[in-house]
Amino acid sequence: MFQDVLGKTFRLLGYTIQYGCIAHCAFEYVGGIVVCSGPSMQPTIQNYDIVVLDNLSRHFYSIQKGDIVIAKSPSDPKSNICKRVIGLEGDKVCTSSPSNFLKSHSYVPKGHVWLEGDNLRNSTDSRCYGPIPYGLIRGRICFK
Amino acid sequence: MAQARDLGRRYIKAFLKGFFVAVPVTVTFLDRVACVARVEGASMQPSLNPGGGQVSDVVLLNHWSIRNYEVQRGDIVSLVSPRNPEQKIIKRVIALEGDIIKTIGYKKQYVKVPHGHMWVEGDHHGHSFDSNFFGPVSLGLLHARATHILWPPRRWQKLQPVLPPERKPLLTEQE
Repeated sequence: MFQDVLGKTFRLLGYTIQYGCIAHCAFEYVGGIVVCSGPSMQPTIQNYDIVVLDNLSRHFYSIQKGDIVIAKSPSDPKSNICKRVIGLEGDKVCTSSPSNFLKSHSYVPKGHVWLEGDNLRNSTDSRCYGPIPYGLIRGRICFK
Repeated sequence: MAQARDLGRRYIKAFLKGFFVAVPVTVTFLDRVACVARVEGASMQPSLNPGGGQVSDVVLLNHWSIRNYEVQRGDIVSLVSPRNPEQKIIKRVIALEGDIIKTIGYKKQYVKVPHGHMWVEGDHHGHSFDSNFFGPVSLGLLHARATHILWPPRRWQKLQPVLPPERKPLLTEQE
């Protein structure tokens, strides 16, 4: 009786580990479904929208200007940010906030990207914390 | 003949079943728990690769211990290079967020490490592509902590988190 329960428990544990690993590989290397929250990408992405993330483009380095990406926040690695890629390395971007009269420009350094939210008035993005390293990007949004 | 075909089909089924179990589990283990890597370059001499070009050290990288991004000053860690995302670099953590340190060759002489960032340096100052070149790095780029040297056998040792006394932060943030 006891041996039966033990056997069943081990089998259940084995299946859980196996499916957990398959889920990890799928999310890490292919993509998955994410829920976005926050107003910084309105009107493109609303609060609590469900989006499909594609991680293959991160691994093949095919993220382009204009893509919406999800990245780890540079000031808090445990939370994620969802913004649009405005500039890749080497591009010239405008760094001043919209209220400044004098516009200043700078070049995006090697290995970094410049992100901005679509809702420019209500978005903390690269205009606030500067360009972020490419290594922080987790994936590109392909469907909503 | 039918028996041989049956046996072949069962063999293929068993192989596929084993494949789909072994590959995801191995990949998840290497990504999340621990993996092994060879250290290239002289930026961490004399702690790693003291022999120069002869024999490269092989270290054990522990992903599990940094799953919550908890590192100590003096840890040797591997991180994604901020200048080249395809490359991983291995350096020592000198300062954590809130610390004020004196830099060597950076554009500002004193730096306060911002929130969510850390300051890394190679032990071989002057021959190291580290924070003195690209500034504080985000904790999100952290890849693993190097815990042991596995090869060559005469250099088997546990890597201790040691902060060189001349690189101690001038001011640390009280936790």
